[in-house]
Amino acid sequence: MKFKSVILTAMTFVVFSTGSIAAEMKTEIGPGEGALDIVAWPGYIERGETMAEFDWVTKFEEATGCMVRVKTANTSDEMVALMNEGGFDLVTASGDASLRLIAGKRVQPVNIDLVPSWATVDDRLKNAPWHTVDGVHYGTPYMWGPNVLMYNTNVFPEPPTSWNVVFEEMTLPDGKSNKGRVQAYDGPIHVADAALYLMYHQPELGIENPYELNEDQYAVALDVLRGQRKIVGRYWHNAFIQIDDFKNEGVVASGSWPFQVNLLKADGQPVASTIPQEGATGWSDTTMMHIDSAHPNCAYMWMEHTLASNLQSDLSVWFGAVPPVISACTDERGMQTAEGCATNGLGDFDKIKFWTTPVSRCPSQGECVPYYRWVSDYIGVIGGR
Amino acid sequence: MNSTTLTVRHSSPGSRLTDLFWKKPGLLIFCLLLPPLLWLGIIYIGSLFTLLLHSFFSIDEFSGLIRYEFTLKTYAELLSPANFDVILRTILMACAVTLAAALIAFPIAYYAARYANQKMKALFYLGVMLPLWSSYLVKIYAWKLILAKQGIVNWVVEGTGATFLLNSVLSLPVIGGNSLAVSYIGTFIVLLYVWLPFMILPVQASLERIPESLLEASGDLGAAPKQTFRLVILPLALPGVIAGSIFTFSLTMGDFIVPQIIGSSRRFIGQAVYAHQGTAGNIPLAAAFAVVPIVVMIIYLYFAKKRGAFDAL
Repeated sequence: MKFKSVILTAMTFVVFSTGSIAAEMKTEIGPGEGALDIVAWPGYIERGETMAEFDWVTKFEEATGCMVRVKTANTSDEMVALMNEGGFDLVTASGDASLRLIAGKRVQPVNIDLVPSWATVDDRLKNAPWHTVDGVHYGTPYMWGPNVLMYNTNVFPEPPTSWNVVFEEMTLPDGKSNKGRVQAYDGPIHVADAALYLMYHQPELGIENPYELNEDQYAVALDVLRGQRKIVGRYWHNAFIQIDDFKNEGVVASGSWPFQVNLLKADGQPVASTIPQEGATGWSDTTMMHIDSAHPNCAYMWMEHTLASNLQSDLSVWFGAVPPVISACTDERGMQTAEGCATNGLGDFDKIKFWTTPVSRCPSQGECVPYYRWVSDYIGVIGGR
Repeated sequence: MNSTTLTVRHSSPGSRLTDLFWKKPGLLIFCLLLPPLLWLGIIYIGSLFTLLLHSFFSIDEFSGLIRYEFTLKTYAELLSPANFDVILRTILMACAVTLAAALIAFPIAYYAARYANQKMKALFYLGVMLPLWSSYLVKIYAWKLILAKQGIVNWVVEGTGATFLLNSVLSLPVIGGNSLAVSYIGTFIVLLYVWLPFMILPVQASLERIPESLLEASGDLGAAPKQTFRLVILPLALPGVIAGSIFTFSLTMGDFIVPQIIGSSRRFIGQAVYAHQGTAGNIPLAAAFAVVPIVVMIIYLYFAKKRGAFDAL
């Protein structure tokens, strides 16, 4: 009990000492502080070092004098951990991390009046629930994309129309079973893909949102995943391992990101991607600002830069994503074209259920199964329970 | 004259300190040991203690927040079928890897300790140590390619017409899979490869320490080579094997990268800890999982010590 009170005191102290900063949202941008520290997904912040034509940092540094330092993180968990450690200004958080950062008071509200290009952001993303809580904006949209169904075109002459190719045992068009030849995402958030599948095939369950499941709906979703375990040889965890599995392990269909599809296509592999009739889950990332950001002026300048510059266009080409500033697809500020945006999923916005962290108090039905249960149960499912 | 020298000596703080240490040698040792003890105590034991403490908390079923109240509920959760599977799987794999490592390492170490000449010995050390010089990840990715369905092992197997053999091995329940790279067999092979040097070196050291005269005496007294091996060499080398097994066992038990890249995605303890401490925020369960290898190793080390393994290190 004594320990508890110590923890509580410490927590209260942290909350109050940082809370005072959170209360003051910036009202004007001063001169840059000369540096900017960003936590980002690999490949998200390129300065022309991987390929010369993909560069959206150099010009920003020249114009503002804010030298960008990037720390890459491979999972949402790592991002949250790095932000908890502190010492960073910005993070490109996905929906399964952003609400946690807000709830944990690791990020501060953003004054959108200081980001002039906010007006150009897709209206559908301006108040997205993964970065706007109670009407307060906690960041600016960075990039989004669907979790597509990637398939081998030699095996599937026609794109598969349903996710059932990765959920149920069946004979594929090449006459062989899909057993051992399909993959699924090795993260508990994949439970949502099963729920989405059920929304279409078993509407009587009454699932309204694949991230908000009551006990009964959750149990059926787990059953779908148990069936999937029987046909999945290995779950994919890392984009490059999945690429290797499509090349060397005989995998022919799997949920995936456009990133892998683009890299495999560039390598001359017979793959393509589709969004089947059930729709798809997706990710939508937000540039969020640390509560104790040491370079807030540079951070605001970067947020404006992310929306206004060639970043939107070139990054969407580089990463196979869709820019939240739709005009970036057509105004030739970078390499992206209308066709490119369409390939990456621009037209599929309404079919996509974006990643968000499942919480126990959920709007659609009051009481839902929280994320930590998804984690422990998904371990059980993969273990064959 | 005498009193002046004394005053001079005492006025310098350095020499007064020297005097103090000379008078109380225990104080000097205390001062020298303090920094490493603080390091051990705060950084090492301290973090272990925090871990242990957290494993006695629990996560609130509804809010998902940690409840800072003493409970054994989290440990009870470890016994649920899914979690117990993870523990059992990890321990069995560690046992299998350790046994296989001992079986493979012994002849190699024996040759190096007894028969190899100077040149061969240099080659032996190089051969054993070389894999340790390259990056762990590079080795694992290389193995992924070697064991893949379209990898070199499969290519050789197909070329020699032994496909049916490989297929029958892969069709075994539990340990089989779609290809070597997505089965327990693959995980086992790679773990064995990665940790084998840690078995060979202590075994070789213990074999080298057996005096030649003992073997000669055994022969003079009429023991057949088999008997000498069973009654003289093996008991004397056993501490080395156990010392090596401490490494292979604990390293396999803690590994969470190999099973993530090679195998059937079924979780090992390290991966379970990683998953629970992340966005799940289930620190108590992660801590309870992390305590399992500690307990297993304490039991293991107790028996290893009884067999004299620490004398062979």
